[in-house]
Amino acid sequence: MPETAVPLIELGAVFFGLGLLGRLAWRIGISPIPLYLVGGLAFGAGGLVPLHGIEGFTHIAGEIGVILLLLLLGLEYSAAELVTGLRRSWMAGLLDLVLNAAPGAAVALMLGWGPIGALAMAGVTYISSSGIIAKVLGDLGRLGNRETPVVLSILVFEDLAMAVYLPILTALLAGATLLGGLTAVGISLVAVTVVLVVALRFGRFVSMIVDSPHPEVFLLRVLGAALLVAGVASQLQVSAAVGAFLLGIAISGATAENATKLLEPLRDLFAAVFFVVFGLNTDPTTIPPVLGYAVALAFVTTLTKVATGWWAARRQGIGRLGRARAGAALVARGEFSIVIAGLAVSAGAVDSQLAALATAYVLLMAILGPVAARVVEPVAELFRRKVPA
Amino acid sequence: MNVEVTPLPGIGTRQDFVSRSGRRIGVITYRDGHAELIVSKQDDPDSCVASIPMTIEESSTLANLLGAPHLVAQLEDQHREVTGVTTRQLPLAPGSPFDGKTLGDTELRTRTAVSVVAVVRTGTVHPSPRPDFRFAGGDMLVTVGTAEGLARAADVIEHG
Repeated sequence: MPETAVPLIELGAVFFGLGLLGRLAWRIGISPIPLYLVGGLAFGAGGLVPLHGIEGFTHIAGEIGVILLLLLLGLEYSAAELVTGLRRSWMAGLLDLVLNAAPGAAVALMLGWGPIGALAMAGVTYISSSGIIAKVLGDLGRLGNRETPVVLSILVFEDLAMAVYLPILTALLAGATLLGGLTAVGISLVAVTVVLVVALRFGRFVSMIVDSPHPEVFLLRVLGAALLVAGVASQLQVSAAVGAFLLGIAISGATAENATKLLEPLRDLFAAVFFVVFGLNTDPTTIPPVLGYAVALAFVTTLTKVATGWWAARRQGIGRLGRARAGAALVARGEFSIVIAGLAVSAGAVDSQLAALATAYVLLMAILGPVAARVVEPVAELFRRKVPA
Repeated sequence: MNVEVTPLPGIGTRQDFVSRSGRRIGVITYRDGHAELIVSKQDDPDSCVASIPMTIEESSTLANLLGAPHLVAQLEDQHREVTGVTTRQLPLAPGSPFDGKTLGDTELRTRTAVSVVAVVRTGTVHPSPRPDFRFAGGDMLVTVGTAEGLARAADVIEHG
């Protein structure tokens, strides 16, 4: 057989399988991310049918997946939106950060994974999945609700926090000293500030550089620019993903909209590969020992997200039912928790069990989140009848 | 009217106002330009009873439907100084003797001295219809005349 035959057959089977899983997921109203992870677990080391020969492609495709995930996240926001969102939500954002990062950090310390493991797990439990949440809010017809801007502005805060957090994490994972860590923090803060200023003042010019009326030329330019910026960023010890995120913010207006439309299918494809690769690299036999912790974390961080949403919505004068909806909407974790865990694990600076815990945790939260958002109203109604206000 | 504009980061903009009955009514405009009509729930003003996606054509139709009475009010305002002249909306029901006939066929001007200044059909305003304008059931005729002329015109349109 020609040497490319086996990898092609394997890749084809993987993609086709993912297509079936994705369809099943949206059918039953959950995010496909947990199913992609399960798919990866099944075909990876220690899984049912280990695949060989596609590592080279899947590895780089997974990397591109992360870059596209963050590039499109950046494209969703204009710099002006980020600034006003930040001004409006910083208190709720800080509460969110403290309440939801703490459980992850605590469990990591309890398991003896050290400060870097704690920082990584803090990120895993902190960051909500804006992808899942936006989809669920749209599906449930809640975009017109009064609590929805509260939810969205918390997500904006989280995304900005990611832009600062990821470079710090990558620097520390690379085994930098305290001084090196501080330098990385400094670089990332300067980079974020510079990009915000450039995007606010000169976003038009950045857009002009990549813009083109021909879809093909446009696609090549946007993708090329993203990979270039990501590569340079990673060379500078700032995470590749952050570089892509900042480029996304700098591109604005109609250019950003067109880029989003063109890149969305690409992102979905490569991001799916990324989740599969993460699952592939996780040995399913490592999950049972940490399953108890994952369940406990899921329970605690569901409550802390609900509390965050409740508090933030109350500050905006929203009624009890709306507060409950805001809280439940924030529960879902997904793509970015896996991005963080992926960075930590591939750097090899954390305990290998972290991947297992993060996988189990995201499996639970990506399913629990949409379910929580759906059942919150009937549950709150039940409470209201039992405990009259 | 106090229209509240709320940015929805990553999605678009929500513009709404609170009606006198306490319902929040508004529009979500998405980044790509398509819009959704939202109406809040009676018992939970934070939440929406419906969010209805609308094409550009549909929303302009709705705007015209809601705007037709406003057109009449505007005309009334203009005719306020002219004593004895009134503006009214006269519906032309399906099955009326003039359903499918032209404006000229009604001889409305000769018989009642009432002028048809506009016809609102499926949300679109047709201003200053000519005598060969053909009516259809469900049209709304915006008319100007004296009070008794208008009463007779209503009778003519209904019974022929």
